[in-house]
Amino acid sequence: MEENKEIAETSSITVGLEEKPESIWKSVWDSLKKNKAAMISLVFIIILVLVAVITAIFPGVLPHDPYEQNLAKSFAFPNAQYWFGTDQLGRDIFSRILVGTRVSLSVGVIAVAVSLTCGVLLGSIAGYLGGKVDTIIMRLMDIMLSIPSILLAIAFMAALGQGIDKAIIAISLVSIPEYARIVRGEILSVKQNDYVQAAKVIGDKNSRIVFHHVLPNVMSSIIVRATLGISSAILDASALGFLGLGVQPPMAEWGDMLGRARNYILSAPYAMIFPGLAISLSVLAFNLLGDGLRDALDPKSRQN
Amino acid sequence: MVKYTIKRILMLIPVLLGVSLVVFLIMRVFSPDPAPVVLGEHASTQAMQAWREAHGLNEPIWLQFIDFLKNAVTGNFGVSYYTNQPVSNEIMSRFPATVELAICAIIFASVFGVLLGVVAAVHKNTFADYASTLVALAGISMPIFWLGILLILLFTGTLHLLPSTGRIDPMLQPTGGTGLYLWDTLTSGDFEAFGNAVQHLIMPTLALSLYSMAIITRMTRSSMLDTLNQDYIRTARAKGITRRRVIRHHALRNAMIPITTVIGLQFGSLLGGAVLTETVFAWPGIGKYTVECIQKSDFPVVQAVVLIIATIYVIINLIVDLIYAFLDPRIKYSKEEG
Repeated sequence: MEENKEIAETSSITVGLEEKPESIWKSVWDSLKKNKAAMISLVFIIILVLVAVITAIFPGVLPHDPYEQNLAKSFAFPNAQYWFGTDQLGRDIFSRILVGTRVSLSVGVIAVAVSLTCGVLLGSIAGYLGGKVDTIIMRLMDIMLSIPSILLAIAFMAALGQGIDKAIIAISLVSIPEYARIVRGEILSVKQNDYVQAAKVIGDKNSRIVFHHVLPNVMSSIIVRATLGISSAILDASALGFLGLGVQPPMAEWGDMLGRARNYILSAPYAMIFPGLAISLSVLAFNLLGDGLRDALDPKSRQN
Repeated sequence: MVKYTIKRILMLIPVLLGVSLVVFLIMRVFSPDPAPVVLGEHASTQAMQAWREAHGLNEPIWLQFIDFLKNAVTGNFGVSYYTNQPVSNEIMSRFPATVELAICAIIFASVFGVLLGVVAAVHKNTFADYASTLVALAGISMPIFWLGILLILLFTGTLHLLPSTGRIDPMLQPTGGTGLYLWDTLTSGDFEAFGNAVQHLIMPTLALSLYSMAIITRMTRSSMLDTLNQDYIRTARAKGITRRRVIRHHALRNAMIPITTVIGLQFGSLLGGAVLTETVFAWPGIGKYTVECIQKSDFPVVQAVVLIIATIYVIINLIVDLIYAFLDPRIKYSKEEG
């Protein structure tokens, strides 16, 4: 039954070109819907986005002021008033985690958007033009890849100074090579296809060929990489925060919260457990969604 | 093969030159002036000027870069801004700690990663498969430092079993030797010190290896599933060879080719992860030291460490590529690009 539907859809693609985009995304969505882990992750991510947006627009919904210090109440054990307890400065950990969602999500999304744009551009140019341009760009990427990314990000942070905007720049810079490599590889394989050769024969401009014929065909692997990329960007940002190189106080960021409470590890474990849980669950959700998208977008696995 | 190897070694030179340039640009061109950080903000202008002069920071930037390169080739990375000791000494005294940790972590990650991956592939869609997938998912999703903190909470805070900081009890510290405490204590027959060093190593090794183990597990699982579906596996089974033997000798051997690559690449990422692990466990290696030096603007140290780590990383990658070519005779060297 299911298979018949698939076949019907595929044939509709060939018959009615008008319906093409909708049908493909619909079948991807259909197969994604069957993946429970990916769907739960998607719901979790939507909740994260809602939390980030709502706490930004209506800070009143937070149970406590995330920035209000009260040393008399420092390290309160989780209780009815402070669900996740309070930190070393007596601030409500639950409220700070909610506010921190905005930071982590925006770092993840913006860093991926920036590095993806640069990576796709560099990778397309290298893969499509080939020759010397390709060699120069890819050697540059090799150089960046031969320094462990977290070390490179730390060095960038040292040069740029603290701040969330700078963390975004550092994380974006270090993730460019990965995207560039993937896009270049995909472009090299797509380039051989007849439709690209045909476009060349017709006399299409290079930029038009890349944007209209090549990139749409590597879109699926880019989407998967971007989703997984958000999870590693969130991880990297939290690592910078943990090392004290991330946001400036009193801003709430999950990694930063963990790092600052680190000296009280045995006396107030909750000050580290909850922010860590927030990081891990968010990263997990983007990982599972990325895996699900890969399965859904990969025609080979869709047949199974 | 020899020609290919030489060619690949020569290709390392431009990459390492590039790494030096990138690090130099970040630390010397884009970074703020180190003088006020090192001397304190209230130091006089003359003192700062004299300090810059003494460290060669007043020369044109391209000349500084050439000097840095010339010295780096001979292993001279200048002196630390703070201790005035040669950077190479500072690094060498901390290097064995990181090497010991990284080696233990890669061994742990490879052994358990391959094991979990094989079990998951052989028992596909069973409890064992789901359990190993779950471990792998946890491994790629948990930040290293958080995992480290959880381990400390469990093993130090609750069970009081393991020490949470340092490499060894200072009373038992071996003198001289390689600086690899496991090796030094074992060869000198000091088993009490050896046991103590092992206790200190357990948590950092676990924390550092989980991510790599997860990646290796996933790779092994998919690689094993690929090979288990091949015709020669079915043929071997049909010939009456036991299942266990087919898995070990026929499937795993072929699956190991892509797995080796992943293990090699993971060693590089372990060196990066060591920065975080060493910070959590106050492990006196170069990772923790580098973070401290970056925060204090001790540029000569940072430049040297990044260059050394990048060198190790590219050499490991080269070795992996060579092993790969060795394991899989189908790879033709002549077809390699560049």
